[in-house]
Amino acid sequence: MAKIQRTKLSKERIRSAWIFLTPMFICLSVVAIYPLITTINYSFTDARLGDLYNYNYVGWFHYETLFFYDEWWWVSVKNTFIFSFFSVFFETIIGVTFALILNNNMPARGIVRAAILIPWAIPTIVNAKMFQWMFNQQFGVFNEILLDLSIISEPIAFLAYPDSSMAAAIIVDVWKTTPFITLLTLAALQMIPTDIYESTRIDGVSSWKVFWNITLPLIKPTLVIAIIFRTLDALRVFDLLYVLTTNSRETASMSVYARQWLVDFMEVGQGSAASTLLFAFLTIATILYLIITKTSFDRQGVY
Amino acid sequence: MSWKKISLVFLLLIILVYTCFPFYWAIVSALKKAGTGTFIVEYWPSEPVLKNFIYVLNRPAFGSTFFNSFLVSTLTVLFCLLIALTASYALGRIQFKGRTVLLLGILGTSMFPQVAILSGMFELVRSLGVYNTYQGLIMSYVVFSLPFTVWILTAFIRDLPIEIEEAAMVDGANSYVILFKVFLPLMWPAMVTTGILAFIGAWNEFLFALTLTISPEVTTLPVFMASFRGESEFEIPWPNIMAASVLVTIPVLIVVLIFQNRIVKGLTAGAVKG
Repeated sequence: MAKIQRTKLSKERIRSAWIFLTPMFICLSVVAIYPLITTINYSFTDARLGDLYNYNYVGWFHYETLFFYDEWWWVSVKNTFIFSFFSVFFETIIGVTFALILNNNMPARGIVRAAILIPWAIPTIVNAKMFQWMFNQQFGVFNEILLDLSIISEPIAFLAYPDSSMAAAIIVDVWKTTPFITLLTLAALQMIPTDIYESTRIDGVSSWKVFWNITLPLIKPTLVIAIIFRTLDALRVFDLLYVLTTNSRETASMSVYARQWLVDFMEVGQGSAASTLLFAFLTIATILYLIITKTSFDRQGVY
Repeated sequence: MSWKKISLVFLLLIILVYTCFPFYWAIVSALKKAGTGTFIVEYWPSEPVLKNFIYVLNRPAFGSTFFNSFLVSTLTVLFCLLIALTASYALGRIQFKGRTVLLLGILGTSMFPQVAILSGMFELVRSLGVYNTYQGLIMSYVVFSLPFTVWILTAFIRDLPIEIEEAAMVDGANSYVILFKVFLPLMWPAMVTTGILAFIGAWNEFLFALTLTISPEVTTLPVFMASFRGESEFEIPWPNIMAASVLVTIPVLIVVLIFQNRIVKGLTAGAVKG
């Protein structure tokens, strides 16, 4: 009797779950799935921005162009990877270092923890403008500091060359996203029971060894998730490069490239093909990520 | 003080300089009297003036885009919270087939590049006749805000004590009663936290606003910032631009400093437990 009631109850719950999810499904179908399908469709057409409704199908033409004839596409692919790799690499190192420092008990830690949120909260566009000014050749504070320290003898036009512009963009992104890594690592560090460290202190093990053999393996799951989150985010970079390097082709990411074709050149077909390739690439990356993290999901189970 | 303590304080100072200097520098530059032509690098403004801030505040486009950003972000967040409330209850509390896959799909959607749907979104917005309107902008913001909101809210809802729900179930309450009578009162803190994070995301958005709006009556602050040229046609008036930067950032900073504990909790809930 009780058992029958329970299955009836859980059936009722499962049915209500799907009802509860329906509004979300409807919303996402309209604002995400429909535009995604439209974009993929456009990538096989010669549609132009002026008239989105009259177009001819051109098959794989745009994809062939991207793969074999447009060197700027490959420049943007290269830029995206360089940007993502170095940005994530440096922000992880700096972020973890900051977390290790902040994990110590000391006065004023609260203030520093609040301050660490500042770079994260500042809009990317503002970040780009602030750093553009700091990188300024004539009046930039970076040039001034480097001149004062006699590291350089003449001011450098950091944002005038593709390579140094890209390096500057990476610096800005590292600055902005370090807090994310720091906060996540700090949360993981604070879940480590302190008695683990007590025995090592008695044995006089060096702190580097403690970090490498005890701390790092314990924070690794969190760190892996943080790094993957950040990598996926970096691969779609748009705002920063668009403003900091003024929509330049030499430093364009895949997102910037796609928008240039869509809006600046009004070639919706070519732009959509680039969008679709970025989407396909990130889908593969995301699925790989999901496979990696799935195990932790199952372990988490609700009840 | 021991050496360890002194070195720790020193390291803390380095972190403070790292995180605060760029914004500090923007403030110092915004307080400068002269234009860039006679700009002198000073680490402390010798004769601070407010004229750059006043100049920016007097731009009609600043006021209107500020209002637009606030309106669009607020409406986006409220809409997403409403939709996400029932969805994350289902995802966080009810065991059903395909739930894990669904959760992963939502996480995936929140990480997709906005540019992947840009031309389709443009077509949709055009077809519905909402190009260059608030509705069109809010619609596009739901794409990234809704999955994000569902994801974070689900993480929170999973942490709420299960006993209350069991007691309600024993009393024969159905899912609707449990959600709206039992859970909703407990969920306000989580909704506020999630709302703040989603608000900051919408406030900072740039690509959709740049592409789907055209006039300062509709567009948002980041678009205003990106095209802001200041008072001179011939040189870039950096003190003006820095004043605008500071003014754009201050509202977000106030929110962040007031709610810092919640924000940290929200940011880590999405990742550490996921």
